[in-house]
Amino acid sequence: MLAKVYVTPKKAILDPQGKAIAHSLHTLEYNEVGDVRMGKYLEVRLQGLSRAQAEQRVEEMCRRLLANLVMEDFRFEIVEE
Amino acid sequence: MKWGIVTFPGSLDDRDSLYGLGTVLGQHTVNLWHKDRDLKGVEAIVLPGGFSYGDYLRCGALARFSPIMQSVIEFATAGGPVLGMCNGFQILCESGLLPGALVRNRSLSYICEWTRIRVETTRTRFTAGCSAGEILRLPIKHGEGCYVTDEATLKTLKDHGQIVFRYVDATGQITESANPNGTLHNIAGVTNKAGNVVGLMPHPEHALEAMLGGEDGRKLFLSALAH
Repeated sequence: MLAKVYVTPKKAILDPQGKAIAHSLHTLEYNEVGDVRMGKYLEVRLQGLSRAQAEQRVEEMCRRLLANLVMEDFRFEIVEE
Repeated sequence: MKWGIVTFPGSLDDRDSLYGLGTVLGQHTVNLWHKDRDLKGVEAIVLPGGFSYGDYLRCGALARFSPIMQSVIEFATAGGPVLGMCNGFQILCESGLLPGALVRNRSLSYICEWTRIRVETTRTRFTAGCSAGEILRLPIKHGEGCYVTDEATLKTLKDHGQIVFRYVDATGQITESANPNGTLHNIAGVTNKAGNVVGLMPHPEHALEAMLGGEDGRKLFLSALAH
């Protein structure tokens, strides 16, 4: 079982990396680009859990370590491999 | 006073802190190792700058779960004085001992320069010997020093006088050009409600000797001695 975890900066938080990337995309003349937010993608491999247990455990992992809720939001999906 | 300076894998100002507190200020110092739980009877703790655990995941995020930090958290919760500088400030925020978080500098550049900070409150263990409004000249060297927090927390910080230091210009004014990294309201350092835990991005331990550029950093450490 695999948890795909996405951690992104909160809307209210300045994201200078995202801004710099948006600027570069504009330089490449992708004028349709609006806002870019840069976050992290994590793959967490899990063993011996039911889907419900996995959901609950990964939620806890995100809150305790993988994301800092002061500055980041998270979401995740659990997939069978 | 017996000071404990914590070394994490990737700490790099721990030696400077040991030298500064021990050799320059004549204090009794002991080095605390990240894998230990024993605080060796210290009366104050310093979390130094550097790149603990390689800054992996987020600055300070992994140091928070080291064995020594469980003891530091207990020490701080019981009212013991704890000073976090640079990466130490990031660790204090990640461990929940201080509110807020530190994110990438607005410029995306690593900044190494001298700054001026204004003492906003003297009711902390590390500013009790300063006067309110006093300006200190201290160096910064960081890539992630932009302090952020939500509106509700910012209001709490203001209401309880928890903003300890703000970046100012040479005349002591809070200006946009004096803000080196985009930090919220020019905040350079904050404290907890009790005033025993202080975190700041500038480096007082690098400003203890005139020969090395200035002595203003002494005031933070001497405050803890006298109060």
